[in-house]
Amino acid sequence: MKFSDLFRKKGSGDVAKDRLKLVLVSDRSACSPEIMEKIKNDIIEVLSKYVEIDKEGLDIKITQMEAENEGSDKASPALYANIPIKNMKGKKQESKA
Amino acid sequence: MGEVIVITSGKGGVGKTTTTANIGTGLAKLGKKVVLVDTDIGLRNLDVVLGLENRIVYNLVDVVEGNCKAKQALIKSKKTEGLYLLPAAQTRDKTSVTPEQMKKLADELKKDYDYVFMDCPAGIEQGFKNAIAGANRALIVTTPEVSAVRDADRIIGLLEANEMKDVKLIVNRLRPDMVKQGNMMSANDVVEVLEIGLIGIVPDDENIVIATNNGEPLAGDSSLPGQAYMNICHRIMGEEVPFLDLNKKGFFARLFGM
Repeated sequence: MKFSDLFRKKGSGDVAKDRLKLVLVSDRSACSPEIMEKIKNDIIEVLSKYVEIDKEGLDIKITQMEAENEGSDKASPALYANIPIKNMKGKKQESKA
Repeated sequence: MGEVIVITSGKGGVGKTTTTANIGTGLAKLGKKVVLVDTDIGLRNLDVVLGLENRIVYNLVDVVEGNCKAKQALIKSKKTEGLYLLPAAQTRDKTSVTPEQMKKLADELKKDYDYVFMDCPAGIEQGFKNAIAGANRALIVTTPEVSAVRDADRIIGLLEANEMKDVKLIVNRLRPDMVKQGNMMSANDVVEVLEIGLIGIVPDDENIVIATNNGEPLAGDSSLPGQAYMNICHRIMGEEVPFLDLNKKGFFARLFGM
């Protein structure tokens, strides 16, 4: 083992554990990639009524959210979506009206 | 009335059959009457791990189809008093048997034996359904790898859906030296992720390879895995046994700078 290895932030064991936790969150939420794709398309459809979305930059996934209640130590799954907006569609709506 | 325990994992190659052979041998050495059922129809292996491959006359499918009585198909181990094997058929497939038939067989066997173990095939299809059908307890075997633990999680979910209450975990092929270096998940890591009770930790050890080569399970001998398997047997019987300190061996390895 190199001396510099001591300062490495994570061993591969921790990496494995983190990856495992993430993959299990999506496994357990029983959300297949097909369903995720449908959710994604529906979100795009709804939001596109109001704003112009950067479809390429859209990121949506089921991830883990730390439990906020003190009583429970289990993290619950949460839908995480990062949706960049290209343009507020103000003008279009005005012209329609 | 005995207990019927299924040994399963989801993923293949994590050591289900070796575990089944060793736990069966261990419990027999503790004076229990044990029968091991190889439910991996078409890919029979438990017979060779136990060194009983030359003595097979009838198999699981013969029993289920009524070609012979269960007693006739059971092979009695000569090395270990009280240990019996019901081998799988090699030239048939998983659909040769139904879950209902397996349940009936399990109910019959548990009348005469203290423990009936179902060695489950890999996968979650028919073979898995057959293996769990008659069982009231389950032991999940996993290795400290992402793929194996992920599959174990899936299996735990399926067992829950089948209302299996007593499900315990065996972490197999652990390398304490690698855990210490931070390059392998520890048994605690795996337990934390899967959220089920731990019943055993078996170290990765060349003695297991040698024992399997010889067809003589090592449960109960002085080797580290031999002790680990025996501890699992005691825990199956409901005794509380502390977990082995697997780092003892690592200490010498570290002395020599490994």
